[in-house]
Amino acid sequence: MDPSRKRAIRLTIALTVALLLASALVYTSFASGRDEFTASQLLKRAKPGNSYILAGTVLDGSVHRDGPVLLFRVRDPKLRMSVPVRYTGSVPDPFAAGRGVLVTVREGETSTFIGEPNSLTTKCPSKYQAAASN
Amino acid sequence: MAVVGRSLLILGLCACLYGIGASIYGARGGGRVWVDSGRRAMYVLAGMTLFAFVILDVAFITSDFSYNIVATGSSTTTPTFYRAAAIWATQQGSLLLWVLLLSSWSSLALFLTRRRIPEIVPYAQAVLFALCTFFTGLNVLFANPFATSANPPAEGAGLDPLLRHTTMMIHPPMLYSGYTLLLVPFAFAVGALISGRLSAEWIQVTRRFALAAWLCLGIGILLGARWSYTELGWGGYWAWDPVENAALMPWLCVTAYIHSIMIQEKRGMLKVWNISLILTTGTLAIVGTFLVRSGILSSIHAFVSDPTLNISFVGLISVMVIGSLYLVIWRKDSLKTDARLDSLISREAVFLFQNLLLVALTAVIFWITFFPLISEAITGTEVSVGPPAFRPFVVPLAILVVLLSGIGPIIAWRRVTVAKLRRSLTFPAVVALAVLAVLLAFGSIGPHVFALLMFGAGAFVIAAVAQEFYRGVRARRAMTSESPPVALGRLVRRNRRRYGGYIVHAGVAFALIGVAASTSFQDSRTATIRPGQSVMIHGYKVRYVRATASATAQKLSFGAVLNVTSGGHHVTTLTTSYGLYPSQDPTQGPIGRFFNGSAESRVGLRAGLTQDIWAVINPNITPLQGLIQKGNAVLQKALTNALAQPPAARAQALNQLYQLRDIAIEKLTGRFVTNPWPATFLLIVSPLVTWLWLGAIMAAIGGLIALWPLPPPRRRRPALRQRRRELAPEPEVRARELV
Repeated sequence: MDPSRKRAIRLTIALTVALLLASALVYTSFASGRDEFTASQLLKRAKPGNSYILAGTVLDGSVHRDGPVLLFRVRDPKLRMSVPVRYTGSVPDPFAAGRGVLVTVREGETSTFIGEPNSLTTKCPSKYQAAASN
Repeated sequence: MAVVGRSLLILGLCACLYGIGASIYGARGGGRVWVDSGRRAMYVLAGMTLFAFVILDVAFITSDFSYNIVATGSSTTTPTFYRAAAIWATQQGSLLLWVLLLSSWSSLALFLTRRRIPEIVPYAQAVLFALCTFFTGLNVLFANPFATSANPPAEGAGLDPLLRHTTMMIHPPMLYSGYTLLLVPFAFAVGALISGRLSAEWIQVTRRFALAAWLCLGIGILLGARWSYTELGWGGYWAWDPVENAALMPWLCVTAYIHSIMIQEKRGMLKVWNISLILTTGTLAIVGTFLVRSGILSSIHAFVSDPTLNISFVGLISVMVIGSLYLVIWRKDSLKTDARLDSLISREAVFLFQNLLLVALTAVIFWITFFPLISEAITGTEVSVGPPAFRPFVVPLAILVVLLSGIGPIIAWRRVTVAKLRRSLTFPAVVALAVLAVLLAFGSIGPHVFALLMFGAGAFVIAAVAQEFYRGVRARRAMTSESPPVALGRLVRRNRRRYGGYIVHAGVAFALIGVAASTSFQDSRTATIRPGQSVMIHGYKVRYVRATASATAQKLSFGAVLNVTSGGHHVTTLTTSYGLYPSQDPTQGPIGRFFNGSAESRVGLRAGLTQDIWAVINPNITPLQGLIQKGNAVLQKALTNALAQPPAARAQALNQLYQLRDIAIEKLTGRFVTNPWPATFLLIVSPLVTWLWLGAIMAAIGGLIALWPLPPPRRRRPALRQRRRELAPEPEVRARELV
């Protein structure tokens, strides 16, 4: 076969494979990703019965325990707004006031959000701390 | 001394600006003397940065809280070793470390190349100075490590307890060394593009820097994984966190580069690929640094946002990307090569496929890491993507990379005959198939097909490497009659790059077998039990023997002793504890703040070659909360009364109260032992985790061997002279010949 034709075929195959893989990657990322909500978004959009990933910072002075239940408020990183969370289950070591967290919640009967057991994760403690927090 | 430190940084910035000017002027006809002067400015910068770093570190060691970053990142109760290392746990201190490492490595690179590639060096020097200017500028303008306070606190906030881990203290300098070393080949690549000198010279000059970057970055990643496994209390070593990915991406790219430059050195091919790869790698090193310090990804991956730093980094990354693209397009004609692949079954073809796979891996990781941002830009909503998004792509690609790392080194350059291919591949293939057959016959692989494939690929690589060593030793012994160990030692010593590389490949295969086994066949269980009760996991009976507790000035500790048996036989005794460091939050109360601060788990670990038994305790101190609240109320009232007393009596009263508080805390902590309540344990049995650590150490040793320079010709001269004397004819014979 003509070498230039051979190269063109190889290039076409390689590009097709790359395109297929890239499409699969884009599809998988959209399919496996779950929407995250800040405190303010959750207050606006939460519907009873649905569960959401709440992302934000643990409000200073808001962490309390009531038996096995951990009570804390998650603050919107951009707005001065927070939501209360009642959580049971394993608490990661880095969990503390002022640290970034992710927790899966659903709206409770009162204005409190109920955390799904063992869904609490905290941001890696190796990150740099804020120079000043508000 | 703070003024001296800051002045040094400002002078350092001036040295950088001078260095850029002198280098470019020297390159544009100003003469060699300007380039040399610029190089010396780099030495000066490194010296001044080192001095500034020492000043700051002394402030940390002596707990000088007038420095703001010492007050926020250290304390008198922080052990001295961690105080000395706490400097890089702060944003400002870590940026200073960056400048120190970058200027030091740049000085070394410029010193080693002072008499080589004179057309490229001035531009490379200017690029290195430009990068130093950026980071020194950040330290001078936005992140001043020498900022002081007129009213320093009596005590500092202390280093995050979770960072008080030996590996965590070494991990950042290793990562920064990796990142900064990568910028050396990056700068020389830019220099080669600007000067138009695009032969393999710049690659040969900077190859060791790329290899050293690979080694340092790899060690840094390994130490971070080890810290996660033994400190964070979740039982894993890799979470696909953006910071982890930030180090992995340039490591994968530089791995590809180290292999592909061999093709350019041997065959003169892949010029565009190599130069693009190192430009991408250098940019990824800056992207990694940006990810750690910026707030661009919120969610669990959210860092504290600093708009000034963000804008600066985005600016630098944009310049690097646009500049690199422009230079490569500008020089595209000079980067063309006439040589083509002779055959798809050749070493260069395998290296090329492996390169494509490594770059594809990097692209996948980059895409998913930044996907929350991409998604927000497209849909307006940020999404959370975790490990499940990575696995479908990363695992198959990693298996193929491992397989090719076994095939590449054992087949020849250019073209291989079928007979030779069969001769090279038969033994590794038989070993891999035998391993797969044994696992299928005796193991319960179940749905873990990918793990099985990784075991097969790993066995193939290890067998291929063993075969190469065997053949090398056999060939050497046939020529020299040396004993096998001597022949092996000399074989490796004389072919460090080649055999060091083989050891790296085997180490990576061992490590990835460990990863496949420990992620696919891990058994974990959470159980809440009292002392005397037992739980079963993976055929082991774990008995909670007794509770332990201690109260020190630094922390409160609640722990457990666990007895592990199997079939009635004692296997091991595990000791785990949960430390609580005092909170600085006054709303927790004068006693409560000691029980509600930062937590840290001490893992009970029995590591073995075949499996690890891992345990952590969560003591759940809820039963103490009532007493803590009561103590808070009583002590707060007593403290208020004491503070109302005249100054002379106040100190004594407060002293007594603090003593009583300490006794109360000790008694409360002790209740965990005297009146134990159920504690929750996370128990994990993971197979072959040790293979990961041992494989990584093996790869690091292989990297060191490949990196280690050959003895310079001068040092070899006496031996050569001796050999020549032995072989040379007698003097009178030579004299006769001359006549």
